[in-house]
Amino acid sequence: MADSKEIKKVLLGPIWDNNPIALQILGVCSALAVTTKLETALVMSLALTAVTAFSNLFISIIRNAIPSSVRIIVQMTIIASLVIVVDQVLKAYSYEISKQLSVFVGLIITNCIVMGRAEAYAMKSPPLMSFLDGIGNGLGYSVVLIIVGIVKELFGFGSLLGFEILPLVQNGGWYQANGLLILPFSSFFLIGGLIWAIRTFKKDQIEPKG
Amino acid sequence: MSANKETLAKTLGIVLAVCLVCAVIVSGSAVGLRPLQEHNAAVDKQSNILEAAGLLEVANGDIAGTYATYIEEKFVDLATGEYVEKESGYDMYKAARDHAQSIKPEPDTAGILRRPNVASVYIVKDDAGAISRLILPIHGSGLWNVMYGLLALDTDFNTVEQLVYYDQKETPGLGGEVQNPKWKALWPGKKLFENGKLAIEVKKNAGTDDPYAVDALSGATLTSKGVQNTLEYWLSAEGYGPFLTNLKRG
Repeated sequence: MADSKEIKKVLLGPIWDNNPIALQILGVCSALAVTTKLETALVMSLALTAVTAFSNLFISIIRNAIPSSVRIIVQMTIIASLVIVVDQVLKAYSYEISKQLSVFVGLIITNCIVMGRAEAYAMKSPPLMSFLDGIGNGLGYSVVLIIVGIVKELFGFGSLLGFEILPLVQNGGWYQANGLLILPFSSFFLIGGLIWAIRTFKKDQIEPKG
Repeated sequence: MSANKETLAKTLGIVLAVCLVCAVIVSGSAVGLRPLQEHNAAVDKQSNILEAAGLLEVANGDIAGTYATYIEEKFVDLATGEYVEKESGYDMYKAARDHAQSIKPEPDTAGILRRPNVASVYIVKDDAGAISRLILPIHGSGLWNVMYGLLALDTDFNTVEQLVYYDQKETPGLGGEVQNPKWKALWPGKKLFENGKLAIEVKKNAGTDDPYAVDALSGATLTSKGVQNTLEYWLSAEGYGPFLTNLKRG
């Protein structure tokens, strides 16, 4: 069952073909909020990928024991525990970034991607494939966050990862920063543009008119 | 899919087992990582104070050591302006939430809701042990939320050495520029009081040679007003006023 073709599909499929943000439109709220700087977007991507992968793994291990009447609560308990662990680890090893991410790490609990993959995939699939599915979907989320983060930080602050790329007028350079891109809602335009771009190349993602 | 896993006893058993395992993992990580987290929070606070002290370059990475050498924390009863004793680890922002240890500001111009009775101040010493700066923690509402800062004064207790905001949630690029080094550089050398009255003003188009005026942040009128209100409140009779008067008297 776990042949290499299947693994490739599960791991890489969510990046372009079945992207959780661009096609499934899940997890958009955090993608709006934490992409102002590339660094926070990277850490958020890592945190979400870790949570999705491990929640899928653990839920898949006990999937045959979970009674279906309480399965959502059991899934939530596991996801919430993992999120708290990730939050604690960030506070211990990456204090500055955890201050910037503030509530958004905690809000991974409500991120539809984690819950959606647990319910849709991990409840029906063996542990290893579920784990890979979690990583794949985490990568799909990460790709969108990183693209949006690069555009927002480069044109909103003239820098990438804090290094100055376009010298700002405030600091004696020539680049007038785009204030719109600093605000969270500008991600709507960027994510919308990204979805448009992906669907231009992958016509099968266009929803049928009806 | 066996049918018997849906019984009440099995359901309860599974739920309890999951909860137990999760509880152990969560509390294990919380307890196991706490020393590191507390260390991080302490270093973060100390590096803010060292920045206000102008010693961040001197520290060169050794935050705790430099802090221990040059900074002394003291506690001031704001009503009398006298030093008081407090156990180390006293947090004025926690005390502000306790009604027994705080008062309601009247009027609350800085928008802080409660003011602690006892504030922490930080005394900066030079290599010879003489006082070189005094650091006063200040906070007040900006446009979106409370901004926390540290005001560092020269030994005449009138000249600003540094104004550092270390925690704020203002609009990035506009009000968030209170943390921009260029704006911070406008503060050193400014005078707070003229003939005993508060004279410092954050205003538009302030000249750099005016000792009582600082140029407001462009595009962030309300944040600039917040800075002004914060300074007015904390340097008033309800803030550090009595303390500064005592110090000037000697």
